[in-house]
Amino acid sequence: MTLMTSLEHVVTAAQHAEIVENNETVMICCGRMGPMCLPVYDAMDELKEEYPNIKFMDMLFDSPEAHVIRNAAECAGFMGLPFTMYYKNGKVVKATSSIQSKEQIKEILDGSLS
Amino acid sequence: MESNNIFDVIILGAGAAGLTAGIYLSRAKTRTLILNEGMVGGQIVLTHEVANYPGVENISGYQLATTMKKQALSFGCEIKQNIKISKLDLSGKIKTVFVGEEKYTAKAVIVATGGRSRELNAEGEDTFKGRGISYCATCDGDFYTGMDIIVVGGGNSALEEAVALTTYAKTVTIVHQFDHFQAFEHAIETAKNNDKIRFILSSKIENFKGEEKLQKVVIKNLEDGTKNEMLIDGVFILIGYQPNSEKFKEHVTINKYGEIPTDLKMTTNLPGVFAAGDIREKQIRQIATAVSDGAIAAINAIEYIQK
Ligand SMILES: Cc1cc2nc3c(=O)[nH]c(=O)nc-3n(C[C@H](O)[C@H](O)[C@H](O)COP(=O)(O)OP(=O)(O)OC[C@H]3O[C@@H](n4cnc5c(N)ncnc54)[C@H](O)[C@@H]3O)c2cc1C
Repeated sequence: MTLMTSLEHVVTAAQHAEIVENNETVMICCGRMGPMCLPVYDAMDELKEEYPNIKFMDMLFDSPEAHVIRNAAECAGFMGLPFTMYYKNGKVVKATSSIQSKEQIKEILDGSLS
Repeated sequence: MESNNIFDVIILGAGAAGLTAGIYLSRAKTRTLILNEGMVGGQIVLTHEVANYPGVENISGYQLATTMKKQALSFGCEIKQNIKISKLDLSGKIKTVFVGEEKYTAKAVIVATGGRSRELNAEGEDTFKGRGISYCATCDGDFYTGMDIIVVGGGNSALEEAVALTTYAKTVTIVHQFDHFQAFEHAIETAKNNDKIRFILSSKIENFKGEEKLQKVVIKNLEDGTKNEMLIDGVFILIGYQPNSEKFKEHVTINKYGEIPTDLKMTTNLPGVFAAGDIREKQIRQIATAVSDGAIAAINAIEYIQK
């Protein structure tokens, strides 16, 4: 179960753990193919080139495996798709709920993920 | 300035109107650049399913926008998205548009910047976006299963979405600033006949409060000025759209609603500056009318630059 985007997909919880563990900086957007999520995937796709050291991936919110993001402590109180997670050295450094512009994402990449 | 930054026409906005103008201009071998703040497609992308665009029976907004973009690119139109326009000079014969420090010029400009969801601008709105405040019922409705929510607004989309949200929510309270609705009679009747829907009229939300997520709102009665706190799990703000015209205020004539008046050729008060789509002063805002405006603006822009 994956999203229809041009990003790399996280499919299982085990893969999620491995990616977060083995990459210094990771951004994962967990959502659906809806209007609040599409612009985030689109911005991530554009940012791939600008930030080659960051791993940009997505995950289908409705997949049972996405519990790793849906139920993450950092997402408590989130009521808007997508849930976007930023990881550094294996730890969540930032999480956002709902749509974010490319500028807002860049601010996080240049701040929490730098 | 790099010669590849010199265009015949620059289109601001890549929604239905801008992409259509891009298709017409590029197909006529006019060197065209579309600059878009945000994702290509504009409001079409917000539409889960488009069922009234002629010739296409049922299509997601995203797919329709992607096809329009592909069509424009196939004719040689250049598109830059997710950019920020920093400066404009539309007054002279040569128009200039800056994206950061990068300068682009053209003989004509088409403004097709459409609209965006109106915000309430109430205290706490920014803090609880995605944490109890939503602008998209179809996106976030299921988070509120069995909960008490508010829908703010009194137009067709507010009433229709309020009814749709009763599929999930325990109760839906419609808060509206007037004592009557601006919606079709059947939409009002359907909402009134729904047992889960309540109404608070002549009122507005003044304040959103909570800790990790939204927990309550302060509602002000606009008739007697009284204020009441209400415990609530979520608020959907569906109060219509506002034109993206702030950047053009000093350049072209804008009416009191923020829309750009044009003539039948989509010409604004400035020679060589056209407007198309939802940004225009017009009666019906739909994909079909935006597409129509885009085609008309493009054809007249070609005529203008050939003069
Ligand atoms: C939820 C929803 C559902 C709808 N459903 C339907 C439907 O089923 N059928 C139908 O016919 N119509 C529907 N509509 C209306 C229709 O989507 C719009 O009328 C139409 O898409 C408007 O197109 P546009 O190109 O004028 O503007 P927009 O789609 O708003 O596009 C404008 C673009 O310009 C960009 N922009 C903004 N400011 C700037 C700037 N300063 N510089 C450069 N770019 C800028 C924006 O990011 C955007 O991409 C719906 C609208 C909404 C919101």
